[in-house]
Amino acid sequence: MEEYNSMEIMISVASRFLEDGASISVGTGGPCAAAMLAQKLYSPNLLIIFEAGGIAPLLRSMPISVGDSRTMYKAIQTTSMPEIMESLQRGVVDYCFLGGAQIDMYGNLNSTMIGTDYQHPKVRFPGSGGANDFGSLAWRTLIMTPQSSRRFVPKVDFITTPGYLTGPGAREEAGLPPGTGPYKVITNLAVLGYDEETRRMRIESIHPGITVEEVQKNTGFELIVKGKVPVTEPPTKEELKILREEVDPLRLIIGRKAE
Amino acid sequence: METQGKIFTKINPDVMRDFFKKKSKKMVNKVTTVGKVVSEMIHDKDYIAIGGFGSIRIPTAVLHEIVRQGKKNLGFSGHTSTHDCEILAAGKCINRCDISYVIGLEALGIPKMTRKYFENEVEFTEWTNATISWRFKAAAMGLSFLPVRTMLGTDTGKYSAVKEITCPFTGKKLFAVPALYPDVAVIHVHEADIYGNSHIKGIIVSDTDLAKASKRLIITTEKIVPAEFFRNNPENTTIPFYLVDAVIEVPYGSYPGNMPYEYFLDVEHLRAWLNAEKDPETYKEFIEKNIYNCKNFNEYLNLNGGLEKMRKLRNIEYLIDKEN
Repeated sequence: MEEYNSMEIMISVASRFLEDGASISVGTGGPCAAAMLAQKLYSPNLLIIFEAGGIAPLLRSMPISVGDSRTMYKAIQTTSMPEIMESLQRGVVDYCFLGGAQIDMYGNLNSTMIGTDYQHPKVRFPGSGGANDFGSLAWRTLIMTPQSSRRFVPKVDFITTPGYLTGPGAREEAGLPPGTGPYKVITNLAVLGYDEETRRMRIESIHPGITVEEVQKNTGFELIVKGKVPVTEPPTKEELKILREEVDPLRLIIGRKAE
Repeated sequence: METQGKIFTKINPDVMRDFFKKKSKKMVNKVTTVGKVVSEMIHDKDYIAIGGFGSIRIPTAVLHEIVRQGKKNLGFSGHTSTHDCEILAAGKCINRCDISYVIGLEALGIPKMTRKYFENEVEFTEWTNATISWRFKAAAMGLSFLPVRTMLGTDTGKYSAVKEITCPFTGKKLFAVPALYPDVAVIHVHEADIYGNSHIKGIIVSDTDLAKASKRLIITTEKIVPAEFFRNNPENTTIPFYLVDAVIEVPYGSYPGNMPYEYFLDVEHLRAWLNAEKDPETYKEFIEKNIYNCKNFNEYLNLNGGLEKMRKLRNIEYLIDKEN
């Protein structure tokens, strides 16, 4: 088996969920690396769009901002933020890829604040940016995040981006477009999905060398476990080669610690 | 759902119609200077919006001058505002903010002093990138609101100033987002003529809507070009003259931000700024040195490497270092 680190397995595993011909809006960092890897290895026709307006660029190196020149390098079109957001609202975008400081069992995400008083937060984060729009309007929301009980909490301090909100039917009740919502959570320990009946997070596979107990210990709420949990297929030789040599040769993303 | 956010700007479209009726549509020379435009067109308490995308195609010269002239109590649209927000925070110029994304530099990290300032001295209302875009669009359309399908069911919605409405045709739940008409917008462009006709290359972000939505519009441009540039190729006109109040030529004017197809971000300088924000004393010295002690943008540019630096950033922009 190949040696790999946490970022490498997260990115490799995430890339396998993006089928050929799908459309995805990505941010910077790990999600962008996963989309780049998918495009090079599995999904040559993956349509990658960036919220600031870049459509289908040839991603030659890693963007620092979702609006920087890398997101428009040899792009098919350079358009506007409302244009991209309207495409999302029109149902054009299959996947979005998000992170966040906190996540709960329904996949609700917080990237706004820690604390209880909105005008006087204990810690203020940047805010939604496009995250709420993506999580509301893209068909499937993928999340890539390191797993710890500090991050996977029973209740997020602030719902920045909608997951399944309070459970089955809640998104539809709130008025969000039907058929949308969280899809997978890819962490350094496991791949998590959502139970169709309860809309609660469940373990779908655990990474090599990790136990179900460890995954549960690093989660601040009870995960659904059904039957024997399979082991995630580790990064392949090919995935690692392309990731290291073509996607992120400067190790800007894969050189980071997943914490 | 009761929402708790404040609307910081006026949204009556008839008041705005009167304003735009009176605004001069004469094609006259609007070239001025950064010092003059900031003292005459940006007032304390104004609501200001910045074009571009936080560290991409930003009007750095005007932003520094706002800080140097000590403008206070500005309202601000934090529409993915990264380095632009960081500059205004350095002068404590803002007291209220529509937030979709502020106090972060995306992949580069969080500026600590800017964050502390926002946590303690700025009043905010929550939004998202789409909804601030659509608020500008509602204003650009001469409306008071637009219906949207985002922010529903979340705290982002709760702490915004949306109103829940029902679609009169389908019965579906929607949020109405109020139009956003800023007092003044500042947009950096690739080319402009002396009348304000402007050309932007690459992504537009929200700038065509923002240009229409703002009461006053200041353009800074990499270079001033002859009007024939637009007369001979009208498709070059991203923003037409009659929306524009002032034009200032500022070569390399988005530095240390990225100017697509011209020069890349100065990541080193942005990192140095981020590092300086870790300690109040270092931060004070850094801001003194880079803003207050510089007479103008050119001094700031020269302080950080001048033309030689811009040559390097151009090579990075074109990935010349990566060519075989």
